[in-house]
Amino acid sequence: MSEIRQDRQYTKTHEWILNNGDGTYTLGISDHAQSLLGDMVYIELPNEGDMVSKTDEFCVVESVKAASGVFAPVDLEVLAVNEALEDTPELANTSCYDEGWLVRFRSDEIESLMDATTYSNLLD
Amino acid sequence: MKHTPLYQVHIDAGGKMVDFSGWEMPLNYGSQISEHHQVRTQAGMFDVSHMSVVDFKGVDSKIFLQNLLANDVDKLKTRGRALYSCMLNETGGVIDDLIVYHQDGENYRMVTNASTRDKDLAWINAQANDFNLSISPMTDLAIIAVQGRSAREKVFIAIPGVEEICGGLKPFNATNLGGLFIARTGYTGEDGFEIILPKKSAEFTWKRLLEAGVKPCGLGARDTLRIEAGMSLYGAEMDEKTSPLEAALGWSVDFSNPQRDFIGRGALENQTPTKTIVGVILQGKGVIRNHQKIETNMGEGEVTSGTFSPTMDQAIALAKVPKDAHGLVKIKIRNNWVSAKIVKPPFVRNGEILV
Repeated sequence: MSEIRQDRQYTKTHEWILNNGDGTYTLGISDHAQSLLGDMVYIELPNEGDMVSKTDEFCVVESVKAASGVFAPVDLEVLAVNEALEDTPELANTSCYDEGWLVRFRSDEIESLMDATTYSNLLD
Repeated sequence: MKHTPLYQVHIDAGGKMVDFSGWEMPLNYGSQISEHHQVRTQAGMFDVSHMSVVDFKGVDSKIFLQNLLANDVDKLKTRGRALYSCMLNETGGVIDDLIVYHQDGENYRMVTNASTRDKDLAWINAQANDFNLSISPMTDLAIIAVQGRSAREKVFIAIPGVEEICGGLKPFNATNLGGLFIARTGYTGEDGFEIILPKKSAEFTWKRLLEAGVKPCGLGARDTLRIEAGMSLYGAEMDEKTSPLEAALGWSVDFSNPQRDFIGRGALENQTPTKTIVGVILQGKGVIRNHQKIETNMGEGEVTSGTFSPTMDQAIALAKVPKDAHGLVKIKIRNNWVSAKIVKPPFVRNGEILV
């Protein structure tokens, strides 16, 4: 069984979004997603300051097995990217909800995402 | 889906099971990269029981195989010798690639790919009309490949009697031990054995190997290991529309006996190869994937097997490019052209990086 954190929201494409409480959000991939993809070997991140439209593929996570797009859940502005992933992409496997975060962003509207229970039902 | 006799063992070991040509097989048991390193540094084992074993018996076996295969089984002078060969169609395209072993006297054993099993058997049988031999698909067997620098000694520990019989077995040779057929062959670029054994002995033998310290490895690691070793995969580097001469497999086509009119020979002799398979190492960021385009000094090519190399810690590939292409190239990864260089495979052999 994959881990689902109660403190954040999820998308159908297996990203998680954590509200930092100051108008910013943190995004990563869920435990289910990292487990399906397997060992991460390269993660392509956007640039700070990038303006991204909802549903745009704005990161790519690559495991030995496959490359997989990470999609913007809302219109957003990239505030920071996790530079640790450049040398240690496996953080997205070993700590997908903490040290393996991908992007911090700012956005005006984020209400339409799944809560942990709904996401859990989706995986079943 | 079809299951090997080790299916339940894989499930119990936490194997992530995937569909491989209709067989439910383990992709990995957790980490594909750890399994890869396990084989490069110590010993790992693969269940390859989905592969197809066919035995040839009868007075015409040798002459039949000399007609059927692009390599010449006449090279198999001693009992147990193994030979890599392509099996071609009339236009010189590759129906499959395989290993053929000389068993004893007039008997031979062939191991072919799982994905091509049915078409191989149909083709082989269709060529056999004028020959006096029996062609027997062996469906009661399992195959365990034990690979890595300490693979042989671990097999000696796990299976009593093997050291006495196989201790002196040279690479690309095989021998029988009771119901076991043990070959010093593999698909990883490391030393080791491929053990063909009765289905009913598979689980017991697997567990003995586990106890001897051999770690289970999935098809994921098998693929990255064979790419590093520069070994072709049927359907990737070659297929029915590809000549072995355009897949860097010319070394396995034997034209030396002018009397031997093997299937596809005429087509190959009239062919001027314009492509070949080379190794590629990515110099920029990213991972090379199958079917990405390559720009070379001689024109465009395509990635046939792209991956991340765990041993080299960078992206590598086998690629089909115009003949004589060399030096720096560019690979199209998503929307970017990323720089890479052509090298001569293998990338890795016996634990050492060679490029």
